[in-house]
This record gives sequence, structure tokens and C-alpha cells, in this order.
Amino acid sequence: MRERHKFKDRDMQLIIGWLLRLGVIISVSIVIFGGIVYLLRHGQITADYTTFRGVPDFIYPPGIIRGIFDFKARAIIQAGIILLIATPVLRVIFSAIGFLIEKDYLYIAISLLVLLIIICSMFSG
Amino acid sequence: MSILTLTLIVFIGSCFAGLLGSLTGLGGGFVIIPMLTLALHINIHYAIGASLVSVIATSSGAAAAYVKEGITNMRIGMFLEIATTAGAFAGAMLALHIQTHIIAIIFGVILAFSAMMSFLKKAATNPAKGSFAAKKLRLNGSYPNGDEIIKYGVRNVGGGFLMMIFAGAISGLLGIGSGALKVIAMDTVMRIPFKVSTTTSNFMIGVTAAASAVIYLQRGYIDPGLSMPVVIGVLAGALIGSKILVHTRSSGWLRGVFTIVIALLAVQMIYNGITGKI
Repeated sequence: MRERHKFKDRDMQLIIGWLLRLGVIISVSIVIFGGIVYLLRHGQITADYTTFRGVPDFIYPPGIIRGIFDFKARAIIQAGIILLIATPVLRVIFSAIGFLIEKDYLYIAISLLVLLIIICSMFSG
Repeated sequence: MSILTLTLIVFIGSCFAGLLGSLTGLGGGFVIIPMLTLALHINIHYAIGASLVSVIATSSGAAAAYVKEGITNMRIGMFLEIATTAGAFAGAMLALHIQTHIIAIIFGVILAFSAMMSFLKKAATNPAKGSFAAKKLRLNGSYPNGDEIIKYGVRNVGGGFLMMIFAGAISGLLGIGSGALKVIAMDTVMRIPFKVSTTTSNFMIGVTAAASAVIYLQRGYIDPGLSMPVVIGVLAGALIGSKILVHTRSSGWLRGVFTIVIALLAVQMIYNGITGKI
């Protein structure tokens, strides 16, 4: 008789492993692509990072999306970076779902608390 | 210097930093920030932003491999992430208001301390019996070691949690993974086996860095043009480093040499911080 497969920690580990790997591969690919465009277009300009210039153009999604449609290299790189930052946050969301399937209510609460702290951080930036 | 030249220099330097970080186990940020600020005179805010992004890339990449092997304890990681993300949030907010030369001095001190810690040989401790809190939080676990499964318990949950708040704050303030501090919290304070504590620390670094990265991003500290070669370089270097670690058995002397390099960087950062050059 075949044993019914139950969702366990082991499955969650495999899914999360894949999620992290995919997140890094996709976001770094976008960064590399944007980087090539950036160097081809702006490679000859003089670089200046000695003083902090404050808030740049592409930070919030609307600006970045507009930038990508205009095929702006810095916006493409920034989109990749944001996806990279989102990867571990997505991992927390996936863990919460995993704990939900396992009916581990304590750890659903803990995962949500971690998410809440990151969201707080996002809104006070 | 043109953008192309700077990008190439930063890329090569970041490869080296990623390699060094992975061989010493200290992480890429520790080399990236002194390189960008001391050698290339890049503003420390940009250096921290770029380093933070590279930390997320390397830790997520490494965590993906460890998680699949089943050594990482996801419950310990998840529980302690409450402490590290809260700390990182506070650390990043502090970084917005603190003077840059003070950040440089703190960086040097933490770097020197971490280099010293990586030198000390870890004595293998017997698995402890889990405390009451650890049982309630279901932190006790087991991990595969060859063919056998080793069970372990977790002690002093409160102390470890407090230490993790500090580790998170340092990570948020300096833009590094602060893996050394995380390992101390789990290894020395909570008595978690070394294999589990290093992989679980790696697992937590990404989320911790993300919590402060969302602040740095909105403040313009994460510059796409500069972060691009740093992220790609550090990741490439870390990949090469992990291959070397698998193939060479005695990397002891290599670690020794690198630890000395890192100690020198630490002194440089402190000196430049005190003289106000950063």
C-alpha cells in the first residue's frame, strides 16, 4: 500500500531552496543585462561617487516601470536589485504558507511578525 | 575616471572580496566597504548600500544549497529573524543620523573583532539538552552527519535573542551580514552545533539585510550604477571560493593570510575614521 505523502519540513526546505536559487538567478541576470546596456550607453562619462547626492530617480515602482519602458539602463538594474531584495522577503512569505499547511500556528505568527517588521521598515524609510 | 574604468575596477575588486569573504567565512561586505571607501574614495553611504545588496545575493545563493541539505534549522532561523530584522531596522535608522566617520570607526572595530573570532578554533561541544523555552518554541532539532542523524537541544533562548538584536543592528548600521556575531549568538550562547549555527546564520542574513535595504533603497544609498559591478563581482567571487573550499582540504594557512589582510583593513578604517578622512 502506498503511503500518503504528507507535507513536511523536508518539502518546505526543498521549495525554499529553489525559491532562493531562482530569485538570485533571475535578479542577477536582470542586473547583468541592465549593466551591459548602462556601460554601452554611459561608459565614457566621468564617474563621481565621492559625495552623496541624495535620492536618485528610480526608487519607487512607478518611476522604475516608466524607466524600463523608456529602456533606461539604471531603471533596469534597479528593478533587478529590488527583485533581489524581495527574494528573502518572499522566502518569509513562503515559510508562512508552509507553516500554514503544517498547521504550525506558532510559527505562522512568528513569520507574520517578521514580515510586519520588514513592512514597518519599508514605510519608515 | 570614466564609468567604464571604475566599473571594471570595482568588478575585479568585488570578485576578490567575494572570494576572500567566502574563504574566511566573514562575508564579502567586510572587504567591499574598505575597498570602495579607502581605495576608490567612494562615499561610505554608497559603499554600504552596494555591500548590503551583495550580502543578500551571496547569502541567498548559499542558503539555497544549505537548506536543501537539511542542515539549516528553519524554526531557529525564523524565530531569531524577529530579533535580527528588528535590530536591522533600528541600525539602518541610526545610520541615517550618525556621522560617517563614526560609522567607519565602528566598522573597523567590528571587523577586527570578527577577524579575531574566525582565528579562534572552535572546540566541538556535546549537544546540549534543550531548555524549557526551546521546547515550547520547538527549536530543538536534528541534522544529518554522514549516515547518522545528530539530535541537539537549544539553551539560553533569551540571551541568544538579545545577541541577535545586536547582530541585526550592526548589520543594518554597517551594511554587512554580521555572520560572525550571529554565529556567536547561536554557537556560544545557545549551544547550537557549529554546522547548524553557520548554515542557519547564513539563512538569516538575507532577511536581515533586506529589512535594512528597504530603508537604504528609499534614501538613495543603493546606487544602481555602483551596486551592479559589486553584486555581480561578489557573487562570482563567492562561487569560486566555495569551489576552492570543496577541493582543498587544508585551507588553514590561506585563512591565516587573509585574516591578517582583514586585520590591516580594520586598522585602516579606524585610522581614517579618527582622522575624519571618511
